[in-house]
Amino acid sequence: MNIIINGKSQALTTAQNLSDIVSTFCKQSRHVISELNGAIIPPEQWSQTLLQDGDVLELVTFVGGG
Amino acid sequence: MMTFQQIKNILNDKSPQSVEGLAQEAARTTRQHFGRAIGLYGPLYLSNFCSSHCTYCGFHSHNQIQRMKLEPEQYRKEMQFIHAQGICNILMLTGESYKHTPVTYLKEAAVIASEYFQGVSLEVHPMQTSEYKELFTAGVDGITVYQETYDRTRYAEVHLSGYKKDYDFRYGTPHRAAEAGMRQISLGVLLGLSDTANDVYALYQHVRELEKSFPGVEYSVSFPRLRTVKTEALAICDVDDIQFVKIIALTRILFPRVGINLSTRESPQLRDHLLEIAITRISAGSNTSVGGYTLLEEKDQDPQFDIKDERTVEEIVQLLKSKNFDPVFTDWRHIENTL
Amino acid sequence: MTDTPLVIAGKSFTSRFFLGTGKFKNKKDLSDSIAAGGSQIVTVALRRIDLDHHEENILEHIPPHVTLLTNTSGARTAQEAVRIARLARASGCGDWVKIEVINDSKYLLPDNQETIKATEILAAEGFVVLPYISPDLYAARALVKAGAATVMPLGSFIGSNQGIKTKEFIQVLINEIELPIVVDAGIGAPSDAAQAMEMGADAVLVNTAVATAQNPVVLARAFALAVEAGRLAYLSGLPLERFIANASSPLTGFLYDDIPTN
Repeated sequence: MNIIINGKSQALTTAQNLSDIVSTFCKQSRHVISELNGAIIPPEQWSQTLLQDGDVLELVTFVGGG
Repeated sequence: MMTFQQIKNILNDKSPQSVEGLAQEAARTTRQHFGRAIGLYGPLYLSNFCSSHCTYCGFHSHNQIQRMKLEPEQYRKEMQFIHAQGICNILMLTGESYKHTPVTYLKEAAVIASEYFQGVSLEVHPMQTSEYKELFTAGVDGITVYQETYDRTRYAEVHLSGYKKDYDFRYGTPHRAAEAGMRQISLGVLLGLSDTANDVYALYQHVRELEKSFPGVEYSVSFPRLRTVKTEALAICDVDDIQFVKIIALTRILFPRVGINLSTRESPQLRDHLLEIAITRISAGSNTSVGGYTLLEEKDQDPQFDIKDERTVEEIVQLLKSKNFDPVFTDWRHIENTL
Repeated sequence: MTDTPLVIAGKSFTSRFFLGTGKFKNKKDLSDSIAAGGSQIVTVALRRIDLDHHEENILEHIPPHVTLLTNTSGARTAQEAVRIARLARASGCGDWVKIEVINDSKYLLPDNQETIKATEILAAEGFVVLPYISPDLYAARALVKAGAATVMPLGSFIGSNQGIKTKEFIQVLINEIELPIVVDAGIGAPSDAAQAMEMGADAVLVNTAVATAQNPVVLARAFALAVEAGRLAYLSGLPLERFIANASSPLTGFLYDDIPTN
């Protein structure tokens, strides 16, 4: 299936949950905030959240800012 | 906003240079914000029935005076007289009697007053917001209520009975009037009643509070000085002319856009000098007795206070013009007050 | 003479110098500047994680006792600001948010109206909202009503280092608004910060000036000292203006004549 992560299309060979996605794609482990199809998914729910074809995922974190 | 100590220091400095400096700064500020316009209004005493015993007032409940309350046909005559002098802003006053001059009475007076005057203000007993709303829709634009003194102890000493005893209710009156939609609110302290610096400072705080909560209202302040009324003087401290001028000048400097009112308690000479410094509103052709304009002979009149400035409206207008002032009878045509 | 603490949303702070974390050359400068300036509140932003490069997590360089204030930078509307605030809260790092809604790439001026809308929504959701606005009394009053925790009027354009160009308008807010007033944006030098504090501002927020300085750590310390100096000056009650009399046309000579007026 294909999902879009941070604006780029990614092909997934197997069905994955959000926890797997985060550890696969993010090099940092802490302070990752996820928004799936416009909805915020808290970390406790990541392992139960299965991705589906066409999902739009945003992974954001803190950076320097004014 | 100055601190209390700064105000006290200014008021205690009686050197001619400090008074003159303050007066000139005040005059400059007044010209800048008001030009040379002086608003004129006329008082109309509708009733001297009073349920409060305020030791310093000619109308107080224990004073043996002839109690009178004007009925519509009577106050209509008074209004016609005042209107004929050119006055367009009327300040209707009553003693503090919820029984004799209730809201219904005041509403009727407001409706009739609106036939003759563009601006209708009341200086009566403190009321609830709902009552002020009723008065507003009946045609009242402004409310005048003086706390007299902000010293609670002294307040309790001079207000011996009646609703006026309730300091907090009185204090909240301008807030309730503003909530009801009143456009003009006038506050004041009775100088001489209590410590001057304390009261002036507390008055400033009261105005600041109101300005922050109700920024759209036009505020004005008055500094009546205790005067004799048939009996002996009741002031505990003397606020002499120098201090008086300083208070008025300082008020102008700290509150550039707030109106400063001077009543006919003060002498014509002092009034004229203060007009050059900071005063923006004066009463003209005043009579402070119920029925005093057309209904009673002078010997039968019981004034609330003795008037020092007895010039007629026409004389005041001529005087103002001769000094290059701009007498203003009204700022607007009739406005329908809706909630 | 000691100051009372700055209290925002019930939390007490002894430092009135907020630091922004954007534009620093490196993370060490940032953490050293926070330490040197003694800031207890710093702003951060949210951005998409760069999946291709490993970025050091900025939060590793901010001491845990410091309150994080997430800036909604990037938001062009109230809705976008609300989204960013909710994302930030989901991190578990707190719910303090600086609302910055800008739909103007030329001057970076904030949209007061959208800011008010965002404040209403977020304050109702329990966020501690610090809205950044052009100094406007009506907007500030609306923000008080909307539940803002402070009001943050700009001193001059973001990143411009021009100092306090909106002095009189900020003074109005200081005079009329009961919430803490934090001057934000445009503060270029410690003297600007001192000026804001002398006027009676409750705190200042500085970013560009420190981050882009030759020696950010030293400048951060200078700012902290300036903020303290300005604050003490304000508390001491700066000397009263003297009112000078012009001798040629006296207004009060009559008071000293022998003829009594009363």
